[in-house]
Amino acid sequence: MSIIAATLRRELLIAFRSPGEIINPLMFFVIAVSLFPLGVGANQEFLSEIAAGVIWVTALLAVMLSMDSLFRADYEDGSLEQLLLSPQPLYFVILAKVASHWLVSGLPLVILAPIFASMLSLPAEGILPLMAALLIGTPILTMLGAVGMALTVGLSKSGLLLAVLILPLYIPVLVFGTGVVDSALNSLATSGLLALLGAMLILALCLTPLAIIAALRISVSL
Amino acid sequence: MMLTVNNLYCERDERVLFQNLDFAVGEGEIWQIQGSNGSGKTTLLRILCGLNDDFSGEVLWQGEEQGKARQAFNQHVFYLGHAPAINKTLTAKENLSWHCASRGLTNSDQIKAALNSFNLYGYEDMPCYLMSAGQQRRVSLARMLLSQAKLWILDEPFTALDKQGVMELETLLAEHARAGGAIILTTHHSLQMNHPLQAVDLDLLAGLVAA
Repeated sequence: MSIIAATLRRELLIAFRSPGEIINPLMFFVIAVSLFPLGVGANQEFLSEIAAGVIWVTALLAVMLSMDSLFRADYEDGSLEQLLLSPQPLYFVILAKVASHWLVSGLPLVILAPIFASMLSLPAEGILPLMAALLIGTPILTMLGAVGMALTVGLSKSGLLLAVLILPLYIPVLVFGTGVVDSALNSLATSGLLALLGAMLILALCLTPLAIIAALRISVSL
Repeated sequence: MMLTVNNLYCERDERVLFQNLDFAVGEGEIWQIQGSNGSGKTTLLRILCGLNDDFSGEVLWQGEEQGKARQAFNQHVFYLGHAPAINKTLTAKENLSWHCASRGLTNSDQIKAALNSFNLYGYEDMPCYLMSAGQQRRVSLARMLLSQAKLWILDEPFTALDKQGVMELETLLAEHARAGGAIILTTHHSLQMNHPLQAVDLDLLAGLVAA
């Protein structure tokens, strides 16, 4: 499947040549999380209680902020039309595109999370479960966001509409994601919730590319 | 016949762009879609290549309905739109190698040759944002040679090209037709090709929507 490798290579090259698009959402994550202790006070007990929620909510918003760069440039320069006219299986091309986007926007959040978790005094036993939940959860966020983005890429100002469309879909991921950390802190088993998140990820991997393709066809035909 | 159009009808904003449109494109033919600005030339081309499905009538690819023969159709048809489909942060070579991969071709050695035939020798590794509009157009046109498609659907292919480039492109198009390919194009430039041209005039097919 040379098209998968070629698409990954193309997307990563583009991402690293215009690093602003990667760094902006990351900077948002860093700034938003660091402002919380200043805003709510440096009460360690309180901070450790809200740490998982704060990190999940800001990660979720950072992923949503990063979505705009997924299809925008391709839509404007006509590459999207060519993509839809490609004789290759579109499912895999779209999967490769979304995967490379997650590699530069979602994965850095997972890697940065432990630093900010300890800054918000999340107890040590919560850190690994937090990372595991983010590792499974952020790809789901990226894929759902890609569906919303594919639907709204034809509109010049899609920011608010995108939020209205996809935030409701993000809620289950947020609930289960923070649930994983809560269970770990209360010495309960986390495997059940992680398995549920995993099931959602598999469902998203199977279905969202089809929705993305259908949505892109609509956006391009306008 | 490669592409057959039967009784095509399309309206936009209560205006009929074309109705009862029939034509068939066979091997070795060059068709020019004529019409004034806003007459629906681009819309027609996008319908023909399957990007727009807001129409009634039939578009057949080798006798089969285009929507059902999607993969064969995409393999054999190349579409050049208004937008160049060139990412400006990538180099000419990187752009073209992705386009080749997206068509299932692995002819990396031919990329240089294709760029050379559009006078872009030495520009393979230059990021496209450093190129002029005409050079970007040439990179986009190089995709056409690499596509190995039989039918070329070209929307204003001569835009931004210099005189020399226009002549070379005309020669290329005639060669493609002589080699058994087919071309459907729109242009406001008066073509001087030594190959017979067939024409569809959209201005004659326009009208108002019946109430």
